[in-house]
Amino acid sequence: MADVNRGNRPLSPHLQVYRPQLTSISSILTRITGNAMIVAALMIVWWLLAASTGPEYFAVADGFVTSWFGDIVMFLSLWALWYHTLAGVRHLIWDNAKMLEIDRAEMLGWIAIIGSAVLTVFTVVVLW
Amino acid sequence: MPYLTDRKRAIGTGAAKSGTAHFWAMKKSSVALLILIPFFVFTFGGILGSSFEEVQAYFARPFPAIIAVLTLIVGFKHFNDGFQVMVEDYVHGIWEKILILGMTCISYGAAAVGVFAIAKMAF
Repeated sequence: MADVNRGNRPLSPHLQVYRPQLTSISSILTRITGNAMIVAALMIVWWLLAASTGPEYFAVADGFVTSWFGDIVMFLSLWALWYHTLAGVRHLIWDNAKMLEIDRAEMLGWIAIIGSAVLTVFTVVVLW
Repeated sequence: MPYLTDRKRAIGTGAAKSGTAHFWAMKKSSVALLILIPFFVFTFGGILGSSFEEVQAYFARPFPAIIAVLTLIVGFKHFNDGFQVMVEDYVHGIWEKILILGMTCISYGAAAVGVFAIAKMAF
């Protein structure tokens, strides 16, 4: 076993050899949205900490979170949250070996993309 | 060999050695978040932008406070589990461990800060 090459062995093909498809793009988006939400999550935690501390500190954190920059982060994260939620439901369905046929899998992808946009607009309208 | 079950022979032979518990943990937290997230979006979203006094009074109420606490705990656990999978996919060697350890500190730390803040406003 000592002579086995462990570092530079051939690996199975990865992303770059495949043509982008709805199923792959919607899967990658699930990971990106899930991880990107850390920014908004930490902003919310900071905002909560400031709200529990006092009016002066709250003014600082609230000023940042509700600034134009904060609004953009929160708006994009709201879409990310709805997308990740719908895409997550898709995985819960797939985990039961259901709707794995290509046409139905792609339908679930469109539901996540269109549904997340609709839910984002709905949320903004309700909370405005 | 005939006395070993298929399960016994399969356990631990995958590339990752284990992972079923991690997968099941993410499934549990995802189902919990499916319920929590709509409540959190419309409670937190409803109070964001309000004054200091309004925010304090809002999280003194049981429902918004409990929803926020549950969302923070389950959400950061789910985030950390998902981040770990991403790191295991793309990063190897010492940085794999450093990133997982670092983000675990951030996730549990942020959840604790959030829970503390809400508890302070609630009591």
